[in-house]
Amino acid sequence: MDRLFWLVPLVPGASALLLMLFGRRYSRRAAAWQACGAVLVSFVLAAAAFARLAGGQAALEKVLPVWISAGSFEASFSLAFDRLAAVMALVVTGVGSLVHVYSTSYMADDKAPTRYFAFLNLFTFFMLVLVLASDIVLMFVGWEGVGLCSYLLIGFWFDRPAAARAGLKAFVVNRVGDAAFLVGLLVLLTQVGSSSFAAINGAARDGRLSAGLATLAAILLFAGATGKSAQIPLHVWLPDAMEGPTPVSALIHAATMVTAGVYLVCRLNGLFAASPAASAVVAWVGAVTAAAAAALALVQNDIKRVLAYSTISQIGYMFIGCGVGATAAGLFHLTTHAFFKSLLFLAAGSVIHALGGEQDMRRMGGLRRRLPLTFPAFLVGALAISGVPFLSGFFSKDAILTSAFAGGHYVIYGLGLAAAVLTAFYMFRLVYLTFYGPARMEPEAGLHIHESPRAMTVPLIILAVLAAVSGLVGLRVLPGEPADLFGRFLEQVLPRTGRYPAPPTEIALILAATASALLGIGLAFLFYRRSPGLPARLAGRFPGAYRLLVNGYYVDAAYDAVVVRPLVKGAGWTYRNLDLRLIDGALNGSAAGADLAGRGLSAVQSGLVRDYALAFLLGTVIFLGVVLL
Amino acid sequence: MNGLLPGVPLVTLITFLPLAGALALLFVKPGSDRALRLLALAVSFATLALSLGLFLGFDGASGLPEFVERASWLGRGLDYHVGVDGLSLSLVLLAALLTPIALLSSWRSVDRRVKEFSAFMLLLETGMIGVFVSLNLFLFYVFWEAMLIPMYFLIGIWGGRRRAYATMKFVLFTMSGSLLMLVGIFAIQAANFRATGAYSLTIADLAAAPFAPGLQTWLFLAFGLAFAVKVPLFPLHTWLPDAHVEAPTAASVLLAAVLLKMGAYGFVRLGLPLFPQAAAAFAPALSVLAVIGVVYGGLMALVQKDMKSLVAYSSVSHMGLIMLAVFSLNFEATEGALFQMINHGLSTGALFLCVGILYERTGTRVIADHGGAAARMPIFAGLFLASMLSSAGLPGLNGFAGEILCFFGIFRTSRVMAVLGVSTVILSAVYLLGLYRRVMHGPLKAPGDRRLCDLDRRELAMLVPIVVLMVFLGLFPGTVLRKMDASVSRYLDSLRKQAPVALTSRAPARPPLWSARPAEPER
Amino acid sequence: MIPPLAFFVLAAVLFVLGVVAFFVKKDLLTQFMAVEVMLNAGNLAFLALTAGPGRANAQAIVLFVIAVAAAEAVVGLSVIVLVFRRRKSIRTDELRDLKG
Repeated sequence: MDRLFWLVPLVPGASALLLMLFGRRYSRRAAAWQACGAVLVSFVLAAAAFARLAGGQAALEKVLPVWISAGSFEASFSLAFDRLAAVMALVVTGVGSLVHVYSTSYMADDKAPTRYFAFLNLFTFFMLVLVLASDIVLMFVGWEGVGLCSYLLIGFWFDRPAAARAGLKAFVVNRVGDAAFLVGLLVLLTQVGSSSFAAINGAARDGRLSAGLATLAAILLFAGATGKSAQIPLHVWLPDAMEGPTPVSALIHAATMVTAGVYLVCRLNGLFAASPAASAVVAWVGAVTAAAAAALALVQNDIKRVLAYSTISQIGYMFIGCGVGATAAGLFHLTTHAFFKSLLFLAAGSVIHALGGEQDMRRMGGLRRRLPLTFPAFLVGALAISGVPFLSGFFSKDAILTSAFAGGHYVIYGLGLAAAVLTAFYMFRLVYLTFYGPARMEPEAGLHIHESPRAMTVPLIILAVLAAVSGLVGLRVLPGEPADLFGRFLEQVLPRTGRYPAPPTEIALILAATASALLGIGLAFLFYRRSPGLPARLAGRFPGAYRLLVNGYYVDAAYDAVVVRPLVKGAGWTYRNLDLRLIDGALNGSAAGADLAGRGLSAVQSGLVRDYALAFLLGTVIFLGVVLL
Repeated sequence: MNGLLPGVPLVTLITFLPLAGALALLFVKPGSDRALRLLALAVSFATLALSLGLFLGFDGASGLPEFVERASWLGRGLDYHVGVDGLSLSLVLLAALLTPIALLSSWRSVDRRVKEFSAFMLLLETGMIGVFVSLNLFLFYVFWEAMLIPMYFLIGIWGGRRRAYATMKFVLFTMSGSLLMLVGIFAIQAANFRATGAYSLTIADLAAAPFAPGLQTWLFLAFGLAFAVKVPLFPLHTWLPDAHVEAPTAASVLLAAVLLKMGAYGFVRLGLPLFPQAAAAFAPALSVLAVIGVVYGGLMALVQKDMKSLVAYSSVSHMGLIMLAVFSLNFEATEGALFQMINHGLSTGALFLCVGILYERTGTRVIADHGGAAARMPIFAGLFLASMLSSAGLPGLNGFAGEILCFFGIFRTSRVMAVLGVSTVILSAVYLLGLYRRVMHGPLKAPGDRRLCDLDRRELAMLVPIVVLMVFLGLFPGTVLRKMDASVSRYLDSLRKQAPVALTSRAPARPPLWSARPAEPER
Repeated sequence: MIPPLAFFVLAAVLFVLGVVAFFVKKDLLTQFMAVEVMLNAGNLAFLALTAGPGRANAQAIVLFVIAVAAAEAVVGLSVIVLVFRRRKSIRTDELRDLKG
């Protein structure tokens, strides 16, 4: 069965195709069942292939016929299931299955469930193509394909103008990154002469790709990754993307698609390793994003937007890991984050579902007892992301931060640590506002509060278990083992370049991380439980800083003022003046000139035969004169 | 050569069957519109079937024209000489494919003078195919001009409110270019006679013996102007939006999908091979115009208020990229450009059909009048989106396969141009999906509310084949590319022989030795 | 034998007369006759050029011209008749419909 790994993407793809072609003939149940079944089959196939790899095989490969070729350009449909792809494929199909199951209930009352499941299956297909492609051009198919599905699903409720606009924004911002990706791709393709990842990494490792070009290509590709993974400066689309259905946010905008950028950097680790400059850019962008986005999460009132900024911030951590040479740690955080963040989103979805669509935390509160399953699940997720010891986030975040410290990147470490405090703070702000305190919802919303049906709570429970224990695979202090299980599994694909710190330092770092998590939680307790008036007073004391955060550092406004509006205005001006006035003006002017000349010359045509004959005579005389004389 | 149907003059049949159909239409009793339409459709389908046979029967290994037919016609080198090679094959098929679709699109929207309309459409098909299959310069010119006449009437009679202005502009632009081409043909005839003492306007003969550099410059400018107007290359593009806005849907489809390709095809078939040194000298300047067109067309598309002129400006942008690839003068770019011509024909044809479908239902093309149509027309929404994504170059669809080859080839010749050209990736997403958001998404705002129904069978029959082809060519571009290989490398070899200096590119021409795959010799 | 020069002089005189008549007269019929005079002046000059044995080229051309002129006279006269029927006038200063 492991030979059939290439069916992993194709099964959801086929299901999506069927759902799109025969959308109207499907009943609600049939569509939901087929979609869930397809992803589950895909998960089983991926697990079988994974078992083969765990048994020692390096990779499974499937080279299908050439796709696009002309001259020295060649791209093929070649898939490879190596250890990196295996981890990612399991995350995608695993979390994907849970989200599909969750959706059957969450979207039960929607108008167009077939379309929803078709898009969700299509997304799974493209994501798996992205993951399994061993050809960078084929990966680009998945890369843009998930962007398309993200666009379709953010704008799923397209009759809401905000949703339609958010979908478009996501697509366009991603395209900005993709344009850079494409240029980076062109650099690699022309220089390396092959589009396979093995060839690219190989050329970078043994120096056949010059350092300058490696840096150029790596930075351009990373620019593409910042678009997809919502890193500064292309992070602006993700908060708006929360207009989509919540399970979509969980799957696409938390667990899988947004981490594709991290996956790309992992895939091209040879290229990035060959360019310290590019790696530094990756680490710095990650660190700045981690801290800056965490700060933005502090002031959000929409429960999903808090989680969106949190996702941006956590992906920043992953990039820190990749940038400081601990690529496996970055991927480790990607994995644990997929569990706890999709858990948080799905639990938030359960809250929203219970409140009949309410997303504003100012109209929540006191839900702890009324949602007896959702609350503990959410709490596990919150503790995990905050980095409370022995939960998954603790291990993965710690692996990244210690690597950063050990590599001598102290400022990056500092930013990461600060972000950790902020993370714990905003997560527990969310917990306190939502689940504790007095109930502040609208009276009639309060009447209907109920725990979600089993199709929603079971995925929550599974994810909660994973979020709690999945960190153990990264436990590094196993007796007699130099590296952790996760890192060792990936060693041949993601060789570690960063150093480990000395044991005493490491213990100090672990203590610091624990302290920062506890500090954040404590502060949140102080602000939102002990003295609830404090946040407002603080905001009043520092209005400038507060406004800065509420407006997201004015990045959107700046893009609007510097890029969008001048471009549209300039284009409008050029259209009116260059196209209509100058070019068409010249054309119409010359037409008018011809008309005028014709009118003037027509005076010669007197209509009198004698005049014509005279002209004829004169012409003959002149002609003869010229010829004869 | 003609292994499929030995002895049958396939190319002549394909070229003149529509003409015969147009003549036959004149004998149908007036008033029976349905019979007229069915007859025209049947003729165009027969042409399509024959072209498909041509495509399948085409071998393409030699790179030389196949299915060649030659007969003396007017004497003095003005021969009847037709055939297809890798450069023209798929364009013939494109024209043959889109004519029946365009006829279908006019089924309801054109209701007066159906006989003349159908006859002009078929005449146009003969003209289009004739241009692509001509192997004689004069014959090429005859078809080139002949095609103008039906288009003039199609816009002038069945067009919109400002049709008089639009047709006049269209004719003036095109004629001013093509008259210079005619003068150029005379000059070629004279120069060729002086050099060889014999009359010949066979394109291959002329390409084999290039003219003196000074003459080449003038001739290239004369021909280049005719082609640049047709492409259209910035700043000769302003006739296009007007013509499109006023043209009936069927004419718009053929105008965008096939007629514009003639300009680019003209450069590849004539402009570059006949005047290689001049072309190499002008290539950088024309590349600059082309890349300006890419960005400029994209920006103009952003601010259009009419759906049709938006799509028209998107054509300016996309054709700019194709021209940029043509002037990059290397294998990947040329093949990409030729492939992208097909892709652009399909995607823009589909976009104009979609706009036409909306217009038939609402009676307006003003973007601001529309909104939320996706709720009422889910199938249409899907097909419209697929067409847009193909046009915007989404990987997996045909537009990407062409675009990446173009980008790759352009990058090998000039990195700056490639980077500027890549901006189309962003711009096309903005203007196309921006249009989609305003028209299809948001709250329902239907000017002709009751009639906003989803596609009927006829409309599905128009759009579905195109969308299926988009996916097919996106996944298997080799179907078309492999037919081109030999002809493209012949074409480039002949250019390289005549103007070697200008064609040396900075990047390595073949994959370096360390490539993981065995380096294939450049075809 | 009359010297060829005499023919040329006669031809020139006839031609000038024709020109003068064309410009002086105002009715179409007379003008038409003036044109015929000019035409025949030309014919005469042609004939004079090849007066002599064994040189018949010009004579052939002249015969051709006469034939064409006959045809032209038929067309021209019928046009004039038609114009007169319709307009009741063949005075060229009154027929100005071709004014631009």
